[in-house]
Amino acid sequence: MKLNLKVWRQKGASTGGKFETYTVEANEHMSFLEMLDVLNEQLIAEQREPVSFEHDCREGICGTCSMVINGHPHGPMKGTTTCQLHMRHFNDGETITIEPFRSNSFPVIKDLVVDRAAFDRIIQSGGYISVNTGQAQDGNAIPIEKDLASEAFDAATCIGCGACVAACPNASAMLFTSAKVSHLNMMPQGEVEATQRVLNMINQMDSEGFGACSNITACEAECPKEISVKNIARVNREYFAAVLASEKNPSK
Amino acid sequence: MKLDGKVPTGELSEKWTQYRGTMNLVAPNNKRRLEVIVVGSGLAGASAAATLGELGYKVKCFTFHDSPRRAHSIAAQGGINAAKNYQNDGDSVYRLFYDTIKGGDYRSREANVHRLAEASRTIIDQAVAQGVPFAREYGGLLANRSFGGVQVSRTFYARGQTGQQLLIGAYQSLSRQISMGNVTMYNRHEMLDVVKIDGKARGIITRNLVTGAIDRHSAHAVVLGTGGYGNVFYLSTNAMNSNVTAAWRATKRGALMANPCFTQIHPTCIPVSGEYQSKLTLMSESLRNDGRVWVPGKKDDVKAIREGRLKATDIAEEDRDYYLERRYPAFGNLVPRDVASRAAKVACDEGHGVNATGLAVYLDFASAIMRYGKSEAHSKGMVNPSEDEIKLLGEKVVEAKYGNLFEMYAKITGEDPYKSPMMIYPAVHYTMGGLWVDYNLETNIPGLFAVGEANFSDHGANRLGASALMQGLADGYFVIPYTIGQFLSNEIRTPIIDDQQPEFEAAEKAVKDRLAQFINIKGKQSVESFHRRLGKIMWEYCGMSRNEEGLNKARKMIQELRAEFYSDVFVPGELNEYNPELEKAGRVADFLELGELMVVDALDRQESCGGHFREEYRTPEGEAMRNDKDFTYVSAWEWTDTTADPTLHKEELEFENVELKTRSYK
Repeated sequence: MKLNLKVWRQKGASTGGKFETYTVEANEHMSFLEMLDVLNEQLIAEQREPVSFEHDCREGICGTCSMVINGHPHGPMKGTTTCQLHMRHFNDGETITIEPFRSNSFPVIKDLVVDRAAFDRIIQSGGYISVNTGQAQDGNAIPIEKDLASEAFDAATCIGCGACVAACPNASAMLFTSAKVSHLNMMPQGEVEATQRVLNMINQMDSEGFGACSNITACEAECPKEISVKNIARVNREYFAAVLASEKNPSK
Repeated sequence: MKLDGKVPTGELSEKWTQYRGTMNLVAPNNKRRLEVIVVGSGLAGASAAATLGELGYKVKCFTFHDSPRRAHSIAAQGGINAAKNYQNDGDSVYRLFYDTIKGGDYRSREANVHRLAEASRTIIDQAVAQGVPFAREYGGLLANRSFGGVQVSRTFYARGQTGQQLLIGAYQSLSRQISMGNVTMYNRHEMLDVVKIDGKARGIITRNLVTGAIDRHSAHAVVLGTGGYGNVFYLSTNAMNSNVTAAWRATKRGALMANPCFTQIHPTCIPVSGEYQSKLTLMSESLRNDGRVWVPGKKDDVKAIREGRLKATDIAEEDRDYYLERRYPAFGNLVPRDVASRAAKVACDEGHGVNATGLAVYLDFASAIMRYGKSEAHSKGMVNPSEDEIKLLGEKVVEAKYGNLFEMYAKITGEDPYKSPMMIYPAVHYTMGGLWVDYNLETNIPGLFAVGEANFSDHGANRLGASALMQGLADGYFVIPYTIGQFLSNEIRTPIIDDQQPEFEAAEKAVKDRLAQFINIKGKQSVESFHRRLGKIMWEYCGMSRNEEGLNKARKMIQELRAEFYSDVFVPGELNEYNPELEKAGRVADFLELGELMVVDALDRQESCGGHFREEYRTPEGEAMRNDKDFTYVSAWEWTDTTADPTLHKEELEFENVELKTRSYK
């Protein structure tokens, strides 16, 4: 199959960027990233600079790949990362537009590569349970209801890719943040720090410059792990309760 | 060089406890002044960095990823072993120890493996306390499942994403230490050299992958948790960026590389579908609990299938060869990984492979679907259910057990594994070899430690399923935080290491020169094309089956390819910018050296054991034949100058508690 690619090229964070058009010969068994590999081999053979894009595991779990394909973060397939998207879902002769995740909080590093360090800082603000190595009691000392463990697990499957931010017209990071707060606050181990956690993480999210959530739910629609917006509702409730109940300023 | 494993004296089961109770400590006020570099943020690196930070050391942690959460530990599917005996099925620390030694075909160090089995239990406790959402029973307690090669249920899991959940747990602990200022995190920094001063590891040289800046980082000790080298084969289940560079740079500075030819080929992966393919995807070992492996017995049927005239479901039961069940009736489809992989190769080599390339076998769930369907129909009280009704019920049960794996298979291949059998073929998955370390996980360079897959220590010649996560976390949470004290307790008077010393300057210059060399070759061929060619040589001659003639040929081919690389590679872009091709060039250059060492090691080891199968050394039935008399040793290779031959140093393995036996799964 022959494809026309409109790819965003940008040298660095401080320079402007623009679309460049390329033609590439692909086949339907390739993954989307393998199709880009072919493009890059082609560019290198012509001694031109290949397109920079991030990728690693290529099995949909590391969260590194991050491009917007035809307007959708990770492309058109539901519940699928770019690396798991295959060319059989595209047509011969089609023009495909490829852009980086766009958000002020995710500055472009080069071409399709963006800086998502803001997510790490949100986790550092409280996305953990404070337990040192060696302090744990026996694993079976804390029974956890099967369905509750399963629900916490659903929230914990977030791969931290940032598609939710790229999908949101407000560039809100609520789905990412609420998934982590939910995972930890739902489980008995995380209860002790629940109030402080939700305050600190939401405040960190705001200070990173992410937009506010206005319940558009594009994040859920585009999330490759299909994380539910129920987590946002839960965290909104916890956040209000925490603000009202606590006179304390968010602190560590 | 005399290799001292530094195994403590005493009873096997008491060694670790006694050693821990008597080893040197570093007082809290001194810990604050001692700096430790941890390279890598996977299970081993992140857990080590977090725990050392908790203890009060000043830690600097490095990853080439954009975030520590991306390391490839995240992709582990099946689970993590622990000798908890929650199932009351007779498990114990000794049994886990024994299974691991036997599974590794008696090529690992007894004391290290026993310590691993001891630590396994506390890992589960630690992970639960961190909030890792393990699978649970209705009573709220932790669930277990079985894995290949063992007879107890000791595997803890979080659906098919155990690695992800454990890594996120370690990442969160690390994040907490970062927020407290105990760990300084360096994302997008790749280690390109280790710096030795007076024989001790005192720092590293890194490249900032965004700006291209070359930086010096000093510390009192350096810990490498940089993973395995499976990507030397180009196609593997490793992530695209997994590489050997950190470990190989250490080797070039005099660290010994142990058992490099011990690589694990995993039997159930999605087969290669074309030349453009960039990586292979694993289908969890748990599938072999219910899937039956077969190929058509008749060559005519094979031909018809390859030409698309027949489908798998058209082949009559009596014309199928369930070769694992035929050859290994005692273990059947659940033989260990090395045995299952070799059997698939034999079937395909004999011309029974079922896809266009002839390199695939079937993994069939039809009988499991019917079996579960009948049982469901019975429990629902259905009278004379039709075959379609049974199938439908059975498919639901299989979906509940393996749904996410079936979905992944369908996504990649575009075929429905409920209707026709999966096609699978073995693929490179894990490397048992790695940097040589003693009982303290210290390499032969004082102050340089290696943890997780980066070291060679625990899995011998073959790793059992669900043991990689266990080892990574045992090393990081429960071993290195103690054993590093043996070294650092003698360093309390050493001031902060000055990075302006000539050794740092020389190392920095060497790194810069090497990078400039890659850019300046200005040849015609891409880095990728060299990597692909190296992978083909490795897979053909140093893969599932090896022989002297092929290995000799491979060594020459790799040397030639390496020379060609340095004269004709094209690396686009510049030094001082984000340049993935330049990163790849350095990694492939290192693979081009490591590959040769693997071949040399495979040539030296004139026996078949675990993942290392030498065709000259097999029984009349074609099974692996070990040679305990001559090869019960660890091969630790010294190779600082690649223009000369590598030097072999042997560490004899002593088995005081386990009797060496032939592994039989017949």
